[in-house]
Amino acid sequence: MTKDTGGDVRLSGISKTYGSFTAVHPLDLTVPQGSFFALLGASGCGKTTTLRMIAGLEEPTSGTVALGEQDVTNLPPYKRPVNTVFQSYALFPHLDIFENVAFGLRRRGIKSVKKQVEEMLDLVQLGEQARKKPHQLSGGQQQRVAVARALINHPKVLLLDEPLGALDLKLRRQMQLELKRIQTEVGITFIHVTHDQEEAMTMADTVAVMNAGRVEQLGSPADLYENPNTTFVANFLGTSNLIEAEVDALSGDEIVLKAGGGKLVLPEARCSAPTATGGKVLVGVRPEKISLTHADDAGEIPAGRNRITGKIADSSFIGVSTQYVIDSPVCPEFEVYAQNIDRDSRLVPGAEVVLHWNPAHTFGLDAAQDIDAGIETVEEEAA
Amino acid sequence: MTTVTDAPPLAPTPAPKERPPRKRGRLTPYWLLLPGILWLLVFFALPMVYQASTSVQTGSLEEGYKVTWHFATYWDAVADYWPQFLRSIAYAGTATILCLLLGYPLAYLIAFRAGRWRNLILILVIAPFFTSFLIRTLAWKTILADGGPVVGALNSLHVLDVTSWLGITAGDRVLATPLAVVCGLTYNFLPFMILPLYTSLERIDGRLHEAAGDLYAKPFTTFRRVTFPLSMPGVVSGTLLTFIPASGDYVNADLLGSTDTRMVGNVIQTQFLRILDYPTAAALSFILMAGILAIVTLYIRKSGTEDLV
Repeated sequence: MTKDTGGDVRLSGISKTYGSFTAVHPLDLTVPQGSFFALLGASGCGKTTTLRMIAGLEEPTSGTVALGEQDVTNLPPYKRPVNTVFQSYALFPHLDIFENVAFGLRRRGIKSVKKQVEEMLDLVQLGEQARKKPHQLSGGQQQRVAVARALINHPKVLLLDEPLGALDLKLRRQMQLELKRIQTEVGITFIHVTHDQEEAMTMADTVAVMNAGRVEQLGSPADLYENPNTTFVANFLGTSNLIEAEVDALSGDEIVLKAGGGKLVLPEARCSAPTATGGKVLVGVRPEKISLTHADDAGEIPAGRNRITGKIADSSFIGVSTQYVIDSPVCPEFEVYAQNIDRDSRLVPGAEVVLHWNPAHTFGLDAAQDIDAGIETVEEEAA
Repeated sequence: MTTVTDAPPLAPTPAPKERPPRKRGRLTPYWLLLPGILWLLVFFALPMVYQASTSVQTGSLEEGYKVTWHFATYWDAVADYWPQFLRSIAYAGTATILCLLLGYPLAYLIAFRAGRWRNLILILVIAPFFTSFLIRTLAWKTILADGGPVVGALNSLHVLDVTSWLGITAGDRVLATPLAVVCGLTYNFLPFMILPLYTSLERIDGRLHEAAGDLYAKPFTTFRRVTFPLSMPGVVSGTLLTFIPASGDYVNADLLGSTDTRMVGNVIQTQFLRILDYPTAAALSFILMAGILAIVTLYIRKSGTEDLV
C-alpha cells in the first residue's frame, strides 16, 4: 500500500449555519489518506453536517473542502470521488442486491460490471444474495450491501454516517470488526460518524470529539482517553472523576494541589490548564486507575500515591470487575472500578476506605468549564 | 393397525368455557366481511346478472322481453358501433397520457418542492370537486365558446390551422370537436391522476435521491433510475383511475362534442334512455367492460408492477 498525501481530506474554515443556528463553527481538519477517522459526538453536535459537507449533500456556509489537490467545494455530489454509507442504508428498494452494488459503476458508464460486483459481494460475504431485493435481507446484510455499494467505486474517501446505529449490540460488535477488516484490506480513507464512544475507539485510528459544532479534541483513542483536554472529552469518553482543587505549590515538573484538606500531585505535562499558585484546577482520574483499600489497612499503602478518603456508598458486582461509588469529602460520587482478583470482603457499602492512585495517572483541566459537560448526553444516548 | 386403548378421562374435559370465544374469534373475519359482501352482491353481482340476461333477450317494449339466448346482439353491437368503441379508447387514452404529462410534474412539485405550500396546492387540486362535474364541464363550454377569447387567441396564433390540419378541430371552432372532448376529459380526471402520483412520490425516502447522487447519478439519471421506477405504483393506479372512467364517460362528449365525437358511453346512454333498446345497451356495456378489463390486465402485466401495486 503506497502512502502518499495526495488523498488527504482537508477542511479549511468550513462552517454551516441554518438561519441563526450554527451547526458547525469554522473548522479546520485534515484526514490523512488511508486512515480510519471517527467524528464522535452526541446528536446535534454537527458531526453529520460535517460529513454531509464532505459528501456534497450540504453546502458549506463558508470554507473549502479539498480532496488531495482538488478543491471540491463547489462540485455536486455526483462529481465527487467520495461515497457514503447512509444511516438507514438508503438501498434502492426496486433494485436487487446486484444492481444496487452495480449502480455506481453503471452511472460511470462501465459496461462489464459482473466480475467487479461479484468480487465485491464476496468481500462482504453476500455472494449468495445477489438476486434478492433489499427488504429480503437482515439489517446486518443490508448494512454490508450499503458498504459494498459504496466501496465498489473505489472512492478516495468512504463516508460512514452512523452505519451501525440500526443494528443490535451483538451485530454491531461484529460489524465493527468487519468494517475494520475491510478498511485494512482496501486501504481507503474511512470517515466514520458515530455517537458511540466505544465504537469510535474500537475502530478509528484518529478520533475527533465534537461538541456544539466544534472539535473539542483530536487524537488517537488512547491519547484522548488518557489525556482529555476538556471536561466534555473527559466525561464523554468513558467516565472521569473530576475534583476541584487549588494549586498549592509548583515543584519542578509536578504540581501540588490542595483538595478537601488532602494533597494531590499532578504531573505538569498532563495539565492542560494554566496554573498559578492559588489558582483553581480540575483534577481528573479514571475509575480503573484507582485502588481501593479498607481504612484499617491504610498504613500498607505505599508512599507517594495520591490519596482520598471516603465511604462506600454503593457497589455493583459485574463479573470481571466491581464498580464502587464512593462518597468522599471532595466528590460525592467518586467512581472506582476494581478488578476482581482478590476480593476484600470488607469492601461493602458503608465501609470507610482510602482511594489511592499513581500520580502519573492524574490529569488536570481548566477549572473554568462546566464540570458535568458531556455527562448527560451520554446517558441520553444510552437510553 | 394398532389398537389404541384410551385411558378413561380422569377429569371432565377441561374448561369448556374456552371454546366459544375461540369459535367466535375464528368467525370474526367473516362477520366483518359480511357488509361488504352483501353490498357487492346487491349492487354489483345482481345487476350484472340482470344485465347479462337482458343482453341475450329479444322482444320489444310493447310485447316485453324474453331470454332467447340471442348472442347475435353482441355481434350486431360491435358491427354497428366499433367506431365509437375505438374513439372511446383513443380519447380516453389521449386524455390519460395528457393527465400523466400534466400531473406528474405537479405531483413531483407538491411532493418534493412545495415545502409549506404543499397542503395549499393539494387543496387546490381537489378544489374543483366542490362543484359538480356537470357545472365544470359546462364551464368548459363557455371557455371554448365560438368567438371567445380562447378560440380567438388560438386562431391568431394559427394554432387552429395546425389542429384543423390534424383533424382534431374544425375550422374556427374548438367546441364540438375531438380536441374539446379530450380537453374536457383531461381536465375532469386530472385530480385522479395527481393524487395517486403524489401519494407514491411522497413515500419515496429523500435519502434515496441523495444516495443516487452520491453514486454518480446526475439529477435526471436519478429521476429516471430511482424516482420514476419507485413512483410506478402511482403511475399505474393514476392511469387506471383516469383511463377506466374516461373510456366510459359520456358527459364530456355530450356537452363538448358533436355527433362526430360520440363515445361508446353516449351510445349506451342513447340506447338505454332514448331508443329503449335494452338488449343492445346491455351488450354494449358488457363489451366495454370486457375491453377495459383486457386492456388493464395487459397494462398491469406489461408495467410489471404487480408486486408494487
